[in-house]
Amino acid sequence: MTVTAARQEARSRLVAFRPPRLRTSLVPYVLVGPALLLLVTFSVLSIFVAAAVSLTNLDISGLANFGAVRFIGLGNYQTMFSDPAFWEALGNTAFFVLIGVPTLVIGSLIIAIALNFSRSRFFRALRAFYFVPAITAIVAISLIWGNLYNSQFGLLNWLLSLIGRDPVQWLTDPTIAKLSVALVAIWRGSGLDIIIFLAALQAIPPEYYEAAAVDGANEWQKIFRITVPLMRFAIFFVTVTTLISWMQFFDEPYVLTQGGPVHATTSMSLYIYQQGFRYDEFGFASAASIVLFAIIAIVTALQLRARLESDA
Amino acid sequence: MVRRRTSPLVVGAVLAFGAVLTAFPFFWMLTTSLKPLAESYTYPPTVIPSTVTLLSYLRLFRDFDFGRYLVNTVVVVLIGFIGMFFVAMAGYGFAKFRFRGKGFLFLLVLSTMMVPIQVTMIPTYLILNSLHLTNTLVGIALPTLVSAFNIFLFRQFMTTIPDELLEAARLDGAGELRILWSIVLPISKPILAVGGVLTFITGWNSFIWPLIIANDQQNYTLSVGISLLNKQLAINPPLQMAGASLMVIPIVIVFVIFQRYIVQGFTMSGLK
Repeated sequence: MTVTAARQEARSRLVAFRPPRLRTSLVPYVLVGPALLLLVTFSVLSIFVAAAVSLTNLDISGLANFGAVRFIGLGNYQTMFSDPAFWEALGNTAFFVLIGVPTLVIGSLIIAIALNFSRSRFFRALRAFYFVPAITAIVAISLIWGNLYNSQFGLLNWLLSLIGRDPVQWLTDPTIAKLSVALVAIWRGSGLDIIIFLAALQAIPPEYYEAAAVDGANEWQKIFRITVPLMRFAIFFVTVTTLISWMQFFDEPYVLTQGGPVHATTSMSLYIYQQGFRYDEFGFASAASIVLFAIIAIVTALQLRARLESDA
Repeated sequence: MVRRRTSPLVVGAVLAFGAVLTAFPFFWMLTTSLKPLAESYTYPPTVIPSTVTLLSYLRLFRDFDFGRYLVNTVVVVLIGFIGMFFVAMAGYGFAKFRFRGKGFLFLLVLSTMMVPIQVTMIPTYLILNSLHLTNTLVGIALPTLVSAFNIFLFRQFMTTIPDELLEAARLDGAGELRILWSIVLPISKPILAVGGVLTFITGWNSFIWPLIIANDQQNYTLSVGISLLNKQLAINPPLQMAGASLMVIPIVIVFVIFQRYIVQGFTMSGLK
């Protein structure tokens, strides 16, 4: 009896003793270290490097010989603000955001509500069709759409000719090209938003709908009086993330149009990429990236604040 | 009552139509990739090829270097899986240890999710360049090696592992690495599946980093190789579509097998 008690006591002392020693040990730092080092290097450090580089004239020759790099203050920012191409890229990004974000948020919400309409196997199978564009490579997707859009032998113009319409210059008319590029991004982006909305829809307790049915509510009333109000957070979340991703719009115009015709589809991201890696103006491109980062941060902060205020 | 019975049918029909429209570009990709070059230019276009040929797929490997691009892509994906081990370690550290600075460091991890790629593009290039890692496969994989979101996922899951289990193992004299390897990781299989699928998709589809980091053809991945097909002097639709299929088909297969996990992963990304 005493022996067991003593052993138990010894054991409990051990248990009580060991954790504090572990807590002060290096173990957690070793566990967290490698991942943290990589994250900090490639994102936190990056911001400081970008901010510093944006104040210099670093270009490809400066890369080989750091002695040639000069501090030029806000020179890059001055040049940028007087560059019409910068303002056009900014305007194009605003255009993409205004077209893409509302279409995606509202469209995905409608599709998600429809997909959630029935739990049958047929409806479950349909989901996969809507998800797949979200996980396939953008490069591949853009090639496929480039082929569909082709003005000589593309399928879309042939379909138009069937109903007696003239061919459309999908990727060569400046205004239509913007819409064509946005359409591909909408098609690709919808899958992720639908997944998030579906998850939120499934979290709504079915009792709410049963109670509404008892009160004689029809399907539309259920959607507008129960579903949409309860989805407020999901709608907010999807709007914020979709907005951020459209402010960073890059891949579709890069592959489909290279930003053309004549800058018509050059987004801010594409502008930064071109300045940085086509003209090798690293300092200038960093300045542009800092401006884009500031815009994204401000827009996101405004949304968060609006949300907090509407909740209060 | 009649309404309640007919509306799922109507909704189902509309959704099915939308699904066909959504899937059509992939169908078009496959059929075009199997057409002979001449047929791909015919007007009106044929939806179903009259002659089926695998020549375009053959050309990708024979006339272009897609064998190498495929190997490079697989290597980048595999390096990504090493990164997932770091992610698991970090998730375990944040979930099961108390240490000085933990709150701040976790916040630091989460805040990196908000930094857009455009800001990191040039600094990352400069950093990798100073480490002599530009134009290497390791350099391509490094910027996305660790995902803050995955660390978050792993931490959430590993918090649910009972402390008693870990304490018991420590009492039995197991080292921390051994505990991670033979207790924590086996319990974490569900989250490893989610993380693994997301890691595969990220690595396989990765475009902007290989584009920036790989300067010569030797280190191109599939995505960069395919974007070059778009810049060929003479447009060759079957060849382009064969390239696209090469990228899309493995992802669709992985998706069909792991659909449940992918949806789960995205769901967790959204609302927790």
